[in-house]
Amino acid sequence: MPILSLITYAPLLGVAGILALRLFGKADDPRTVQASKWIALVTTLATLALSVLLVVQFNPHEAGFQFVEEAPWFAGLNYRMGVDGISVLFVLLTAFLMPLCIAASWKTIEKRVLEYMIAFLILETLVIGVFCALDLILFYIFFEFGLVPMFLIIGIWGGERRVYAAFKFFLYTLLGSVLMLAAILFMIGTAHTSSIPELMVYHFDPKVQTWLWLAFFASFAVKMPMWPVHTWLPDAHVEAPTAGSVILAGILLKLGGYGFMRFSLPMFPQASHQFTPLIFSLSVIAVVYTSLVAFRQVDIKKLIAYSSVAHMGFVTMGIFSGTATGEQGALFQMLSHGVISGALFLCVGVVYDRMHTREIAFYGGLVNRMPWYAAVFMLFTMGNVGLPGTSGFVGEILTMTGTYGVSTWTAIIAATGVILSAVYALTLYRRVIFGTITNSKLMGIDDLDWREVAIFAPLIAATLVLGVQPGAVFNLTQASVDHLVSAYQAAIGG
Amino acid sequence: MTFSADLGLAYPELILAIGALVLLVVGAFAPKAARLVGWSSVLVLAAAAVAAATGPFGRGFAGGMISDAASAFTQVAIFTASAIAIPLGQRWFERRGVHNFEFPILILLAALGMGMMAAAGDLIALYVGVELQSLALYVLAAMHRDNAKASEAGLKYFVLGALSSGLLLYGASLVYGFAGSTVFTEIAATVHGGAHTGELFGLVFLMCGLAFKVSAAPFHMWTPDVYEGAPTPVVAFFAAAPKLAAMVLFARLLAEAFGGAIVQWQQVLVALGLTSVAVGAFAGLAQRNLKRLWAYSSIANVGYAIIGLAAGNAEGVQSMLTFMVLYMIDVTGFFACLAALSRQGKSMETIEDMAGLFREQPGIALAMTAFSLSALGLPPFSGFWAKVFVFKAALGAGLPIPAVLGLVGSVVAAFYYLRLIKVMWFDTAVGATDKPPIEARIIAVSLALFSFPVVLGALIWIYPAAGRAAHAFGLA
Repeated sequence: MPILSLITYAPLLGVAGILALRLFGKADDPRTVQASKWIALVTTLATLALSVLLVVQFNPHEAGFQFVEEAPWFAGLNYRMGVDGISVLFVLLTAFLMPLCIAASWKTIEKRVLEYMIAFLILETLVIGVFCALDLILFYIFFEFGLVPMFLIIGIWGGERRVYAAFKFFLYTLLGSVLMLAAILFMIGTAHTSSIPELMVYHFDPKVQTWLWLAFFASFAVKMPMWPVHTWLPDAHVEAPTAGSVILAGILLKLGGYGFMRFSLPMFPQASHQFTPLIFSLSVIAVVYTSLVAFRQVDIKKLIAYSSVAHMGFVTMGIFSGTATGEQGALFQMLSHGVISGALFLCVGVVYDRMHTREIAFYGGLVNRMPWYAAVFMLFTMGNVGLPGTSGFVGEILTMTGTYGVSTWTAIIAATGVILSAVYALTLYRRVIFGTITNSKLMGIDDLDWREVAIFAPLIAATLVLGVQPGAVFNLTQASVDHLVSAYQAAIGG
Repeated sequence: MTFSADLGLAYPELILAIGALVLLVVGAFAPKAARLVGWSSVLVLAAAAVAAATGPFGRGFAGGMISDAASAFTQVAIFTASAIAIPLGQRWFERRGVHNFEFPILILLAALGMGMMAAAGDLIALYVGVELQSLALYVLAAMHRDNAKASEAGLKYFVLGALSSGLLLYGASLVYGFAGSTVFTEIAATVHGGAHTGELFGLVFLMCGLAFKVSAAPFHMWTPDVYEGAPTPVVAFFAAAPKLAAMVLFARLLAEAFGGAIVQWQQVLVALGLTSVAVGAFAGLAQRNLKRLWAYSSIANVGYAIIGLAAGNAEGVQSMLTFMVLYMIDVTGFFACLAALSRQGKSMETIEDMAGLFREQPGIALAMTAFSLSALGLPPFSGFWAKVFVFKAALGAGLPIPAVLGLVGSVVAAFYYLRLIKVMWFDTAVGATDKPPIEARIIAVSLALFSFPVVLGALIWIYPAAGRAAHAFGLA
């Protein structure tokens, strides 16, 4: 059974269903709208079930690609899909967050619901496709076309400056991607194959590697996003609807880190080694500088957006440490950040839906009216800070220990980021939740309803389970990461 | 070769010429039968396409005419595009009270000229083909003769086109003077290890003349004005097929006659290509009229095709042919969408007119979105594959800097395509649109479906066919 293609294209069945609805009913009919939501939810849940099945069947002892599908295409290209320990969990993460996004949009999206659901389902297909593709061109198709649904999601359902944010998001990412496309075409021309597994063992000339690495870096650094090309992210996050922010922070940012691990390290090891000081510098700047920037924000969403940039700094640092610990930490940090930052954006969404503002100063004393909300927000704030027992801790500590042996100063400076994240996250929490209610508009605010509880429950469970039982993840990633690291170390002669 | 064997090579052209003349007589005596003439023209084009695809290959008329994989590939594409233009244009004119049977016949004559361009084997056939095609197009541009803008467009097209014909003739006479022959293969015999100064001058003039026809910068000045003034379905026709014909002629001239001078013409092509990409991308940013916008888009896209040709090898020509065929689909489709749209009988031509189109006409808006994304070069649309092949060829031929600059140019151009999408999807409608006519809707939607997903299957056939065509030019 071609399970990867099945998972990838399953959301498109939902799209077909919604299109059929549109053909037979009016787009504004409440029954059609309701049905489209259910179709989207059921489709994403079915995709989740399939990806759980995938992870269960996945053989953790094998380092190579599994569930490989292959079919010839045109012009020497192939349709190739497969997953290894590095990508399989991202498939699961995507499938896990998507139903939550649909549920979170249940009541808040009021206009053009059908198009909204279609955009999300297409996005799911594309993102899962990125993680499964084993052909460079196929990868690029999924990677690049993802811009379109996200452009529409931000541009149609976003906030006031949504058009500006959508254009900025699209053009920034596109510029990075076309340079990567040039590199991809050059690689196919040189190596005469577009197969990712074959290219991972192909040796490019070190001089060529430098250029290829830079081209891929242009794309992934923007996606990640790394300082100083992160400026599109706060805009995109602030303007996107809540579910859009969740997808952006939870999944789309991970494409950058995934790209570094899948392409930069194994295909251009010498160049990666050569550029490690650059990456380390940019990473610690991201960790320290954007943490400070986050502290000065007046908008809750913008604060969380900057904190994402800071956390991604740990990821890039861990990846380019070239050690198994660092890689494991980076992978774990990406998964954990996907859950926690997604949850934080949902937390913002809860109060935004009620009050329609994200200004920190507007709130205060919410604990009096919303005790459950305060508890949930507390947990994810702690996860964001990296409190032991939550998933946030594991990733940060591993990336730092992995880097310590390679560049002690980098690890030490990055460690201050943990303190800084406590400063801004706890300040935010204090100002929004604690104290007495001074703003009279907040007197009537309601606590979480059952729908919101149902959305947060799986995220809480994931944060805690990953925090106390990280071995479950490492078990899956171990073989592939060891393989990646040993090949990398052998290539750079370390 | 005997004369009758020569005629056998020219079946597609003969079918078109005889068909056009017969239908002209029919139309002259039965002016009411314009529809019949239209559909008969489509049949004539279909017959010519079949003849081109199956006809015998060889060289005839003392080397003046070549029938090979390249001419067959090009002619099939051109005749198909012409056949699409006939119903699209004829109905459009009918709705504006212009009931003329000349429209399909002019298309037939233009197609005949383009067919000759694709099969030209010497400088005389080159010139005759270009002129026949151009004259038909000048008239088509001014077809809506009560419309001042259309007349202006036709006149402008004619005057500037005449200038480019002059350049072509001047170049041809120089080449003939120095090489002693007009036949491509005989010119090639004198160009070993580079053209000498006289021939080089002639070649540059010829290239300028052809650059004019494909509207490559800096010979693009006529394009936005003519596109803006000419009737939309006519633009749908002459923005597509004539450019393919001219690019094939370009490739054949450079490869067959001047194959020994690659180093010399390669730099000219790189300069032409990059200038076109830059002009198309930056000047397009300032356009509010969609027809002008797509004129600049076509300038940029021809730039990409020229970069592919500049690779100077079979892969480059293959990529150029694939590019042009895929681009034809986008541009025809886009103008078919524009031809389909009107608001209270007034055609919608500016970006602002498109506000909220997705709510009004979801089908047309989706098709226009697909064409825009495709022209932007976004995967998985056909325009992406077109660019992939071109840049792969350029990189493989050691032209990394033009390839990267070309790609960066596509990011600049992305802005204006996105703006169109933004207006259609994000903004609120400014008023109800008229119901789009059925034929334009069918053409627009089926071309959009070709752009994605049909292209993923069609390329399995198109790309190797372009490869066979490219090898006919005898490049490495």
